[in-house]
Amino acid sequence: MSPNLHIAFRFLTAKKRAMLMSLSCIILGVGLFIVTQAATTGFEGFFIRTILGTDGAMRIQDKLQATQGSMAAGGYNSGFEIEQKENLKYIEGIEEPGRLLAALSEFENVSGASAVLRGSVVIRSSFQNQSIQVFGIDLAAHVKVSDLGNQIVDGSLTSFRDSPSGAILGREMANRLHLNVDDSFQLEALGQVRRYRVSAIYETGVSDIDRLRLYLNMIEARSLLKEPIKATFLQINLANKDRAPEDAAHMQQVLGYSAEPWQQREKSWLSAFSALRITSGITVSVFTLIAGLAMFNTLAMIVLEKTKDIAILRSMGYERADITRIFLWQAGIVLVIGIVIGGAFGAGASYAISRVPLPHGGITGIFATKYFIVDLRYWHIVQAAITAIFTVMIASLVPARRAARLEPGDIVRGTAL
Amino acid sequence: MSAVVSSVVPSGEKLALRCTGLHRYLGQGEGRVHVLRGVSFEAQPGQVYAIVGPSGCGKSTLLYLLGLLDQPDAGEIAIDGQLMSNSEDSVRTAARGLHIGFVFQFHFLMLEFSALENVMMPMRKLGKLSPAAMAERAHGLLASVGLGEKTHRLGTQLSGGEQQRVAVARALANQPAIILADEPTGNLDVKNSAMVFDLLTRLAKENGQAVILVTHNPEIANRCDLVRPMRDGLFV
Ligand SMILES: Nc1ncnc2c1ncn2[C@@H]1O[C@H](COP(=O)(O)OP(=O)(O)O)[C@@H](O)[C@H]1O
Ligand SMILES: [Mg+2]
Repeated sequence: MSPNLHIAFRFLTAKKRAMLMSLSCIILGVGLFIVTQAATTGFEGFFIRTILGTDGAMRIQDKLQATQGSMAAGGYNSGFEIEQKENLKYIEGIEEPGRLLAALSEFENVSGASAVLRGSVVIRSSFQNQSIQVFGIDLAAHVKVSDLGNQIVDGSLTSFRDSPSGAILGREMANRLHLNVDDSFQLEALGQVRRYRVSAIYETGVSDIDRLRLYLNMIEARSLLKEPIKATFLQINLANKDRAPEDAAHMQQVLGYSAEPWQQREKSWLSAFSALRITSGITVSVFTLIAGLAMFNTLAMIVLEKTKDIAILRSMGYERADITRIFLWQAGIVLVIGIVIGGAFGAGASYAISRVPLPHGGITGIFATKYFIVDLRYWHIVQAAITAIFTVMIASLVPARRAARLEPGDIVRGTAL
Repeated sequence: MSAVVSSVVPSGEKLALRCTGLHRYLGQGEGRVHVLRGVSFEAQPGQVYAIVGPSGCGKSTLLYLLGLLDQPDAGEIAIDGQLMSNSEDSVRTAARGLHIGFVFQFHFLMLEFSALENVMMPMRKLGKLSPAAMAERAHGLLASVGLGEKTHRLGTQLSGGEQQRVAVARALANQPAIILADEPTGNLDVKNSAMVFDLLTRLAKENGQAVILVTHNPEIANRCDLVRPMRDGLFV
């Protein structure tokens, strides 16, 4: 042990009680920081898994077209057009999905692509009618770009695939319409009414989806919506989800279609999550701040009590820097103890709350879970430690430097301070 | 003068310490006092010097200057031939650790530490010896001030006189060329003050250390090689 550390340790043990305040605030600050970060990260991660499992990593829709010099040509455009920027416009829908799917297979990061035809219909059961959206899918392709395979809560995907009149309904939709597997119902679109059968019921936990989205086999959807070729969008899965923005930009250039990565699509939710994570982190950092103040207080007190010892040390050759270190070491010792205990407390508490069932049977809405979700990461502990070290060390620097500035001559004459 | 030089020092030998024309003012504004008014002094290796004089005449103030704990307002101090009076703090600090052993008039020990740890404190800063050698040397020094049995007592568990003796042992820890002691026997009974004084004189003779001590004890002053009486900030 270096003499400075040894001295720091003795000074500290003589002031155990005063240090306890700072120590307990470090433990609370570090522990709660870890818990809040683990929980917000957990819920955010779960939200991302949910959206990747429903709407996929990327969506390609709307053809991009450079506008011609004059707008007079607008008359013969059949599609829905939206003016975008100065010289680009989007034409809704995918004109030739087959060609695009083939082109997408050239991208190495693309692990799946599924053409989807979407249309508004009215669903009729014996119980009530409701406006919903039909999603025409090729099941084999779609399970590769979504988590539909794992979202089935009743019925089976095989029976959907094997029956042209089969449909997959969301849990909320089925409940509202009092429909169970094998029940039949009608869809009304473009002036025609057709009869279908419930093959399966899915639940994503996202109520906007579970309430409104109904899956049909692509062939049946094309016939119902009278759309033999076009697709509304392509849903794409990526091996590396984080690269979605780069891939989207690349695809947009190569394919001439707008590609929207999930980070862009879910921007508002994602920023809400990160805002929550940051504000909760800042809130619990108040404890760390108090720890810093308490440390300042205690060290200032020790400096006052130990001026004679400082003079003795300086008289036998201890430098100003040694005195600074002796006081910073004291903060360091408390920090190490606080971070170790606080880290263990944070990790333990994170684990404990992940076992606690959520009230009212869980959360649904943007995702569904019955338990608190925590995702404890190594860097949560590192972040908590860095915050504590930074705050407490800054607070300790003032008394430590004050101690170092004391002149031994002034101390022994009693005129210091 | 009551005491005169008793041993002859070979001429031309290097001085351990020399100061010339030291002035020191203390206090501020109205309370500003001219405490030292031009003190000059030389100390040779192997000699024991006594500074005597009435309370408040500036003995401690002078010792703090010589110990490089304080800086003079005018005048020069040279330690081991090097001018130190106005050098940088780091230079003076290093010189304190290397050349000077200081015994304070009051508050001798770091009370949370044992006698042994106190004596080892300067050695650990200097870092020349192995930890085992430091402990051995500290044990030896404590034994020579009669505290061989109390090496592991904390400062708080020692009497004032015992603390003072530990402080003397600590001042000797790094074998400094100069030992400055402000009334080192002030709290000691006859037997112990004789022991401390004998130790200091023996070391001065054996190791060629210069010992400068402030004392009120005429018997001790008389046994020193040289006595410098002081009055109102000047040697008389
Ligand atoms: N901070 C101070 N302000 C003003 N005068 C002081 C201060 N400290 C000491 N003195 C004065 O300096 C003089 C010398 O003090 P000191 O060196 O401690 O005397 P001694 O050790 O000889 O008893 C005393 O008269 C004392 O009153
Ligand atoms: Mg004095």
